[in-house]
Amino acid sequence: MFKTFPKGGIHPPENKLTADKPTAILPVPAQVTVPVSQHIGAPATPVVEKGAVVRAGQLIAQAKGFVSANIHSPVSGKVSKIDTVVDTTGYKQTAIVIDVEGDEWVETVDRSAGLVKDITLSREQIIERCQQCGLVGLGGATFPTHIKLTVPAGKKCDMVIINGVECEPYLTSDHRLMLEKGAEVLTGVSIIKKALGVESVIIGIEANKPDAISNLTELAKGFEGITVQPLKVKYPQGGEKQLIKACTGREVPSGGLPLDVGVVVQNVGTAFAVYEAVQKNKPLVERVVTVTGKSVKNPGNFQVRIGTPVSALIEAAGGMPDDTGKVVNGGPMMGKALAITDVPVTKGTSGIILFPAEESKRAEVLPCIRCGKCSSACAMGLEPWLISALSQKGMFEKAEQERITDCMECGACAYICPAKRPLLDYIRLGKATVIRMARERITK
Amino acid sequence: MSSTVLLTIAMLSALGLLAAVILYFVAQKFKVIEDPRIDTVTEALPGANCGGCGYTGCRAFAEALVKSTSFEGLNCPVGGAETMAKIAIILDRQPLAVEPKVAVVRCNGTPDNATRTSYYDGAVSCRVAHALYGGQTGCQYGCLGCGDCVESCKFDAMYMDPVTELPVILDDKCVACGACVKACPRNIIELRKRNKKDRKIFISCMNKDKGGPARKACKVACIGCGKCVKVCPYEAITMENNLAFIDSTKCKLCRKCAPECPTGAILEIGFPVKEAKPAEPADAAVS
Repeated sequence: MFKTFPKGGIHPPENKLTADKPTAILPVPAQVTVPVSQHIGAPATPVVEKGAVVRAGQLIAQAKGFVSANIHSPVSGKVSKIDTVVDTTGYKQTAIVIDVEGDEWVETVDRSAGLVKDITLSREQIIERCQQCGLVGLGGATFPTHIKLTVPAGKKCDMVIINGVECEPYLTSDHRLMLEKGAEVLTGVSIIKKALGVESVIIGIEANKPDAISNLTELAKGFEGITVQPLKVKYPQGGEKQLIKACTGREVPSGGLPLDVGVVVQNVGTAFAVYEAVQKNKPLVERVVTVTGKSVKNPGNFQVRIGTPVSALIEAAGGMPDDTGKVVNGGPMMGKALAITDVPVTKGTSGIILFPAEESKRAEVLPCIRCGKCSSACAMGLEPWLISALSQKGMFEKAEQERITDCMECGACAYICPAKRPLLDYIRLGKATVIRMARERITK
Repeated sequence: MSSTVLLTIAMLSALGLLAAVILYFVAQKFKVIEDPRIDTVTEALPGANCGGCGYTGCRAFAEALVKSTSFEGLNCPVGGAETMAKIAIILDRQPLAVEPKVAVVRCNGTPDNATRTSYYDGAVSCRVAHALYGGQTGCQYGCLGCGDCVESCKFDAMYMDPVTELPVILDDKCVACGACVKACPRNIIELRKRNKKDRKIFISCMNKDKGGPARKACKVACIGCGKCVKVCPYEAITMENNLAFIDSTKCKLCRKCAPECPTGAILEIGFPVKEAKPAEPADAAVS
């Protein structure tokens, strides 16, 4: 009954502290900072100027090229400046800063709460709407959704998998969404199904969310072609390739995409955003963020406007505990520590975790003892100790032969390493270098 | 019995002779005629194989030298003028006058000058840290302090100062091979003309932000005010992207620019102390 992927994987402590906390709506802050690059691909170009009066849902930055996404104003107010600000990457990026005045929305957005189940738009219209509304994958990679919904010529898609795994410890935003907005998520799934012209959809959910499994299984009876697949708890099941293997048994070839085996994977958060965009004409200006941590006073799930400072979110969760040693943007496994908390929430922010100093400190690095635990933990069947060492020594050609680019940076190897070696740090460096080298080869 | 021994000797000798004849013809057929000067030049080179000349090693550089018609663009930074003069004699050419160079670190973001806003405890590698985030201070251009440059130096000419958290270059050991320049992911190390008594004046900052944010991140940042550009009588200073640059080939070390700098981003090193005011404490930290 419960399925999983066969190779590798680990079982970190789940720590889903906020699983039973209903999503709270965070009040609109006094000022929002909206970076123009919140997605994979080219940064959007601002189309408003300083002093412009904008309303919530209004386009403020136009996508530049095909692999890019529109950015809309999450609030109503006045553009106070367009400047470079530090975003979640720790580097300065162009952003539009808006002083909030009231909360007026663009008329075209349907803000009523009622469920709209009938899909009236055609396939092309759905994809166009997703593009207009600036939808990106909300699982973390923030890849523009309209590209994923467009099957390129020569490829065939016969199945959609919806990722409700949320295998990262601590995070519960997708879990809450599946509980609270189940019908909307399923309508979104039906829209994705229509856009891709497929018959069957599988929603993969891990067994640690029995309430979400039963809720969606019950609701799915009212929708055609949607099945819920419970999965064994194992990290990194939320990885596209692992999820496909677990749900269908198909294996995406090395260096390939899910479409090579006829599958498209979308996150449940994305499905909800698709619902809002297509049925309510609402651009992606809000998302659910989990704010949690063992010493956080009031951990919870918050629905926030894009551009809200992370510090405001931490305030809402009861302020930063005194023993905080690290603030992580995203999950504890793949997330990235923030250098400062005065950075805006972007489309890809799934969680903010405040770790006590004791837990967050890295242990002393010891020499590799060749135990091979990293190789057994790697869900991609790589040899992390080897590719990490190759990349550390600058032997990037060799690392490429060892398929370093197949690494999805899940961090299972570094988690399991008894010598506490920073395996992933070097693998990331090597992967980026190898990708750059490969690009240079093509342009030459 | 003795006939067996004799037969063996005879057979082996015949075999040896045959092999010698074959080898002789093979050697004639596949003979590589190499310029004997390549070996002589290789011997004249320092043999550090550091790659500072831009070639993979001393022998590759020697080949390039012998093949070339002039010394234009070919220089061994390690051996310097002396070695190049020797090679010039071997190759019977005129040596080119090449300015000796030295590496300088264009960052003065000590913990005192640039307040640490976060603490990095990942893999000890500047390249990893650079790919990860903007750095421990508010400045995303400055030194990351993990010491990739020190590791790359083959001449023991660098070390990390534990107090300033910046690399220090030992002028007498630095041969300007450029390994550290390549190793630094932030490009803060520059090769500059080596002046008499190792005196130098340079902008010790790479911050391309506008004045306000730059100053906020670091007390001694170049804020792009342009005062030094105006005061320079030799047009050696240029301003680009809010960052001044002193061209070491044009600079005459007149020291007019340094007192003009409102933040103290221009460092003067190796000069006698001016009587009126004491030398800046930053000098002591870097020199």
